[in-house]
Amino acid sequence: MIIKQLSVFVENKPGRLAEITALLAEAKVDIRALSVADTNDFGILRLIVNNPDKAEETLKSHGYTVALTKVITIGIHDQPGGLAGPMKILYENGISVEYMYAFISKTVNTAYVILRVEDNEKAIEVLQKNGVTLVSEEEVYSM
Amino acid sequence: MGNYFNEKMETMSRDEMLALQSERLVDTVRRVYDHVAPYRAKMDAIGIKPEDIRSVEDLSKLPFTTKQDLRDNYPYGLFALPPADVAEIHASSGTTGKQTVVGYSKADLDVWGEIAARAIVAAGGGKDDYLHVSYGYGLFTGGLGLHYGGQKMGATVIPVSAGNTKRQIQIMQDFGSTILACTPSYALYLGETVCDMGVQDKIHLKAGIFGAEPWTEEMRREIEQRLNIKAHDIYGLSEIMGPGVSFECAEQTGMHVNEDHFIVEIIDPDTGEVLPDGSEGELVFTCITKEALPLIRYRTRDISMLSRKPCSCGRTLVKMAKPRGRSDDMLIIRGVNVFPSQVEAALLQVGGKGTAPYYQLIVDRVNNLDTLEVQVEMDSSFFSDTVRGIEEQEKKIAKQLDFILGLSAKVTLVEPKSLARSEGKAVRVIDKRKLHD
Ligand SMILES: [Zn+2]
Repeated sequence: MIIKQLSVFVENKPGRLAEITALLAEAKVDIRALSVADTNDFGILRLIVNNPDKAEETLKSHGYTVALTKVITIGIHDQPGGLAGPMKILYENGISVEYMYAFISKTVNTAYVILRVEDNEKAIEVLQKNGVTLVSEEEVYSM
Repeated sequence: MGNYFNEKMETMSRDEMLALQSERLVDTVRRVYDHVAPYRAKMDAIGIKPEDIRSVEDLSKLPFTTKQDLRDNYPYGLFALPPADVAEIHASSGTTGKQTVVGYSKADLDVWGEIAARAIVAAGGGKDDYLHVSYGYGLFTGGLGLHYGGQKMGATVIPVSAGNTKRQIQIMQDFGSTILACTPSYALYLGETVCDMGVQDKIHLKAGIFGAEPWTEEMRREIEQRLNIKAHDIYGLSEIMGPGVSFECAEQTGMHVNEDHFIVEIIDPDTGEVLPDGSEGELVFTCITKEALPLIRYRTRDISMLSRKPCSCGRTLVKMAKPRGRSDDMLIIRGVNVFPSQVEAALLQVGGKGTAPYYQLIVDRVNNLDTLEVQVEMDSSFFSDTVRGIEEQEKKIAKQLDFILGLSAKVTLVEPKSLARSEGKAVRVIDKRKLHD
């Protein structure tokens, strides 16, 4: 249920994202989803890839500061209100979301949302109890 | 063995010490004048003859010696002995340019052993101890200096030298090391590794002797706690002798200078004027027993101060404070003295690792006010996947800097390897104020 997200420290300088994506392509790592959080000085690139360990090794060997962060992925119906349900469940159970981002796949009518919360175990428990679809590690990496 | 290695010298009255120093100084000045051409030229240039130096009081009449003098006379130009009488050579790499070469006669090596022995005994060492030397052996004076000291005072010396941390810890367990000698940052790292390996109970260290780089009281506490030892500071520089020029006793409030071998002064680094005890300034040493390379008024560039307050250990030797930094590196920002080594100490404390990440101080002047920005290369110990997490780290570093420097600084985390290096060495300071002047 818990999947590994690659978190990379990047300064706000031109060409950084191009370099990182090129390095991953060279290492034959496929990117499933990504998001960037940035401030005036720096950014954090968050990536879901098919082979997080290899991606980590590749970027580290090129001098990047990288961490593997544990996140969860839920599947939602790709329609208005699809995300509102799970969000409400988390809120009502006192679980705050640090950040999240969505991606779609080849599966028709389904979107996926990556969630970064403080307590993964608790989030999984309440989401499952309320019938939200959680996506396994293998599923995400092999999409 | 008790508290002292050489009770007579370590507890001598001030009057007796001054008399001894005067006698030895007069002899040394005569020797360098007769045998070291560059010294003779320097003294002749200001009209000073050896007979003008009759006691310690006349010391300030003599010219200073600097690292540049050693470079100009590389390698053996300042030696006072012919090659046949030089028993050993050491060298320091030096942060800028050519290395400097230092030499020792047989008698010098004996003195070196003696002063390092005093340091080991003051740290609680005795004949039954196993002295684990993790300083590098070789041209660097750290390894052999402590080695000679251990042999002189009769401990069992384990010459492990530097590197291979797991093996170091295995040797500590198997050979029963009781006193550790290495750099403080390596001690911190060893302590961390011992804790990670969960072998604290199998290590029987009781004391450590750490020097050759700046460290802080916070680091001392950390080392003492991780290795369950008492951590003692030791000071020395190869130009004067090597480790043992001064050493810490059980009181841990400064390092006693071996005054029967070295006369210490504190001077104003800008004017060269001698400052009274208790003032902060540059440390200057004069060798008064050295045969091969007796340097006169050698400017160390280390900023420290002297105290003659009576010490609970009973030693009458003057105490010098742990050097705060190098006068070459000293910056004055909004009237506050700032050393890059203090920034390093702050980063070590926040990161909790044995080595600090690369950093750079950027000093500027905006609207007539000095500003300090500290750029720090991102390190796994500072990284977080959230913006909030990284900003918290920046705040933590800024708070520690404020605490150590007494000055607020903007902290910016930057990508690894993005700060400028010059020939592989870190460029610690960029002072943009000079551009405006
Ligand atoms: Zn003392």
